[in-house]
Amino acid sequence: MRATMTPQELADRFVTRFGSRVQNVLVKEWCEGTKKLPQKTVWMTVPREILTDAVAELISIDYPHLGVIAASDTGDMIDLLYHLQVFFGGKHEEINVVFTVQVPKSDPHVPTISGLIPGAVYSEREKQDMIGVIVDGIPDSRRIFLPDDFPSGVYPWRKDDKGIPQSMVKELWKVDRPTDRPAPPVAEPEPAQDIEPESPRAASGGATE
Amino acid sequence: MSQKKAPYELPIGPIHPALKEPINFTFTMNGEVIEEVDFAPGRAHRGIEWMGMRRNPVQILHLCDRICGICGVHHALVFAQAVEQIAEIEVPDRAYYVRTIIAEFERIQSHILWAGVAAHELGFDTLFYLAWQLREESVDVIEYITGNRVNYGIIMLGGTRRDITPDMFPRLEQALQYYEGLLEKMINLFLHDKTIAMRCKNTGILTKRRALELATVGPTSRASGLAMDVRIDSPYAAYGDLDFDIVLPDIYSSETTGDVYDRIVVRIFEIKQSIDIIRQCMKQMPDGPVLAEEKYAKLLMNLKKASGEAFARVEAPRGEDMHYVRMNGKQEAPEMWKVKASTYSNQMAWVEILKGEQIADIPIIVASIDPCMSCTDRVAVVSHEGHTGILTKEHLHRLSVEKTRRLQA
Repeated sequence: MRATMTPQELADRFVTRFGSRVQNVLVKEWCEGTKKLPQKTVWMTVPREILTDAVAELISIDYPHLGVIAASDTGDMIDLLYHLQVFFGGKHEEINVVFTVQVPKSDPHVPTISGLIPGAVYSEREKQDMIGVIVDGIPDSRRIFLPDDFPSGVYPWRKDDKGIPQSMVKELWKVDRPTDRPAPPVAEPEPAQDIEPESPRAASGGATE
Repeated sequence: MSQKKAPYELPIGPIHPALKEPINFTFTMNGEVIEEVDFAPGRAHRGIEWMGMRRNPVQILHLCDRICGICGVHHALVFAQAVEQIAEIEVPDRAYYVRTIIAEFERIQSHILWAGVAAHELGFDTLFYLAWQLREESVDVIEYITGNRVNYGIIMLGGTRRDITPDMFPRLEQALQYYEGLLEKMINLFLHDKTIAMRCKNTGILTKRRALELATVGPTSRASGLAMDVRIDSPYAAYGDLDFDIVLPDIYSSETTGDVYDRIVVRIFEIKQSIDIIRQCMKQMPDGPVLAEEKYAKLLMNLKKASGEAFARVEAPRGEDMHYVRMNGKQEAPEMWKVKASTYSNQMAWVEILKGEQIADIPIIVASIDPCMSCTDRVAVVSHEGHTGILTKEHLHRLSVEKTRRLQA
């Protein structure tokens, strides 16, 4: 047995420790297969001020695996969702813990958790790139997925005017042959209409009979 | 690094570590030894998440098939699971089994593909050709079941698009027996080979503690002795009904070092496990339909009304694959879709396992986490004097082969 507590006990422990600062605490189960064994998840909303304390509290229960930090633009706020797992390795004992941290777009700062979970840097760098939050204390704040010449202040996952502008979207189906290329070293082939009537074009016409 | 320039503006999406993904490494060298490692992913960014947030869930499902050519079914499967949770779609029991069988065949073909690539990186090309020949059988079975060798398109929201009927079982069983018969041979070729042992033992070590801290997943973390497998931890599809255990290196060797050799051990024995899982599935498969809602128009209408958020996780061949979906009930497209592929979690481990190793070991160590990218297209090497040179993939491969020859001499 790896698990030392049930999902409800885990949720209660956070409520006891942080009181009303953790909100929307939800214990959910989802079952698949014929035996309907549950996948257990504890969701909770955590203010950014106590995010590192919450992660530390989880580490004191069991060192978690960080799946990913997801993010969503909800209008005036950005939701950051820290997907963590504890008690993996035991049979069907794992509990998923999701911390939702809401940060206002006007002040999009969030503390780093990479001091506690070093592997979080990768995901935190991605969030800086993609949704424009600022991770305070991040050991490596370079871009990760966006190219170096990507314009600053454009965040692909934003749904406001900081998102990808229409001018950056390349409609591939509209793209014609480029006209600004240097002349090719070998002359372009003759246009298709110069081909003799015995060409495959005539043969394909015959196939419709 | 500064001279790198992307020639065009690319809309953004998930990184996907597909085969031969362009990625740049920068190594700081001291003689032959690697002192510092840096890598810059993102060169294969195709903006899939961005595209997905402008499409309906059924369209996204087929986009998922195309995220990766090798773990195609897992991305579609995990996305379907997330949406099924939001829309509360009840998947028929038989569909869970069809999903499990196809997922395990995919694991077999992916692990054998990787084994071949690993042999190639060591300069053992006979074994590379042999492994890829063996892989054909599993790809043939996948084609037999789904109609396609890649981009299977078998997963649908609420089930699967095709059934595996009992009259197909003999063909599946034939493939399983084929692999069972070869297992001894593969163990012999990969694990008893003196050269492979020399090159892989004590190379690229990732300790259990670091595997946990760096949030690694899949065979990479299991090879370090970290017991973690989504199929067992949070059972999905039919895995909860089946009897199997997490594969750790101690299944074969007495001690776990977390080196490249242990990663080979885990993958070879996972092939054996997959054979067993597929057998159990064929035996236990319940009768019934495989799709909850056959009318796509009705399905899409229900999905449009669905609101909520969910995430799902599956154990892809390379490790945990995770999708997070949020739908608001007002529009067809999801409000948010986040894809987390397995290599996303494993890349951080590169910095750890490459430090202190030699240039000639780079290909096999980089490949050992199975990044869908066995050799980088080019590697920048900064020598101790700050002199920068570019090593081509061919040069790097030649260095690796030469090291093998030296050790054999």
